[in-house]
Amino acid sequence: MPQSDPRTSTGTHEPLIRFDQVVKRFGSLTVLDRLDFTVDAGERVTLIGPSGSGKTTILRLLMTLEQVTSGVIWVGGEPLSHRYQGDRLVRANEKHQRRVRKQIGMVFQQFNLFPNMTVRQNITEGPIHSLGISREEADQRARELLEMVDLSDKIDAHPAHLSGGQQQRVAIARALAMRPKILLLDEVTSALDPELVTGVLDVLRTVAETTDITMLLVTHEMQFARDVSHRVLMFDHGRIVEEGPPEQIFGDPKEERTKAFLHAVLD
Amino acid sequence: MTWDWEFTGRIIPDLLNGLAVTVQATVLGYTLALVLGLAVALVRRIPVIGTAVFAVMEFIRCTPLLVQLVFVFSLAPNTLSAFTIGVAVLGVHYAAYTAEVYRSGIEAVPAGQWEACRALSLPLHRTWGAVILPQAIRRVIPPLGNYLIAMFKDTPLLFAITVGELMYQASQIGGVYFRYLEAMTLVGLFFLLVSVPSAILIRQLERRYAAV
Ligand SMILES: Nc1ncnc2c1ncn2[C@@H]1O[C@H](COP(=O)(O)OP(=O)(O)OP(=O)(O)O)[C@@H](O)[C@H]1O
Ligand SMILES: [Mg+2]
Repeated sequence: MPQSDPRTSTGTHEPLIRFDQVVKRFGSLTVLDRLDFTVDAGERVTLIGPSGSGKTTILRLLMTLEQVTSGVIWVGGEPLSHRYQGDRLVRANEKHQRRVRKQIGMVFQQFNLFPNMTVRQNITEGPIHSLGISREEADQRARELLEMVDLSDKIDAHPAHLSGGQQQRVAIARALAMRPKILLLDEVTSALDPELVTGVLDVLRTVAETTDITMLLVTHEMQFARDVSHRVLMFDHGRIVEEGPPEQIFGDPKEERTKAFLHAVLD
Repeated sequence: MTWDWEFTGRIIPDLLNGLAVTVQATVLGYTLALVLGLAVALVRRIPVIGTAVFAVMEFIRCTPLLVQLVFVFSLAPNTLSAFTIGVAVLGVHYAAYTAEVYRSGIEAVPAGQWEACRALSLPLHRTWGAVILPQAIRRVIPPLGNYLIAMFKDTPLLFAITVGELMYQASQIGGVYFRYLEAMTLVGLFFLLVSVPSAILIRQLERRYAAV
């Protein structure tokens, strides 16, 4: 059921993110099948589900690293995958997507820091060259964020000289420096040695507690998901099998597939 | 034929002049190859135009440098000096190779770097100028250095279009005195004296930049 154009809808409750009948295919493989879901501003939503169920694809579509096959993605009442041409929705061009996605930040599993830049440059590059703020202000922001992720002493280090956990904390600071409304986190601790996971999760807990950034996270850290998220979506084959508050999904799942999945990960 | 030291001493100044021309042609030609090759590598990514440029570069790689030199020299207006033509042809010829080197360097930059640029909405000139190219070029410094030595060793071909480089000087001397032993030996020696230290330097660069 395609939802109505939010410009004509009444009421103040417009979700921050809305997937409207989103289909994503890679060749003959249908990864997302007419997916509908919404996320409210300030909400923290965890996506769980077996490998290949489409979790990463959802985040990549939001970051415009992939394009929808059909359907529309809305961000803040504006189409992200499309744009208006008169009254008609047409495919978004790069210029439109660049503008809308500035509200969205992403932290990657493999950090993807720029190895040719220092920590400071990694964090200030986006604010200076994409948002157009002054170097002084960007620098100030970088120092504050590094303090938050507890890496103030590494400001002039190169990523290669940092541990994986430290690199990921820099990557979180880099994403936050853009002051995004939405933060996408795709298995951000999966590439880390076990002893480095806690440090990164602690930083994310701080972000969750001290900001109202909307978060979409994919994680296998179930305790963390339980602690920080307002809502959990259980995916299978590109569809939502079950959703609910974390206490219910983790404590009292209704669907067999959710039970089976949780059983498998918790063992 | 015995080695004549006194004769050797007399021809050295001319040969050194030749060496200077050789080095100049190499430096200028190489600079052209570096800049043009990068431009070609970037243009090749554009649909249609890129394919056309690729075809031209393939053609250049498939024909001998000597033929290209003589061909362009015979067609070029005589307002252009042989040296200018030589440098231009050397530069364009080697650009066909450096373009491939740059391309492999660009392709070796992990997809995650492009994605991070996109996630930060970096403008295109920063994505290329601050992220992709610095990483790509760092990776290809050693192969680019090898082409510098290869080009240096190809400069004697400029002799064919009367550029007064080292080989040209040596053969002039040989033609005048009917003695080739000293001049040609010195030519070989000069090439060695430049090539070997350059090769060592490039190996060092290679070691330094090997790990990104
Ligand atoms: N670029 C691509 N080309 C082809 N197939 C792809 C591509 N990206 C993803 N897929 C496929 O789409 C499906 C969903 O992938 P996705 O990465 O979204 O799953 P996931 O839920 O994140 O899984 P995991 O838990 O393993 O990370 C998988 O079958 C995957 O192989
Ligand atoms: Mg995934």
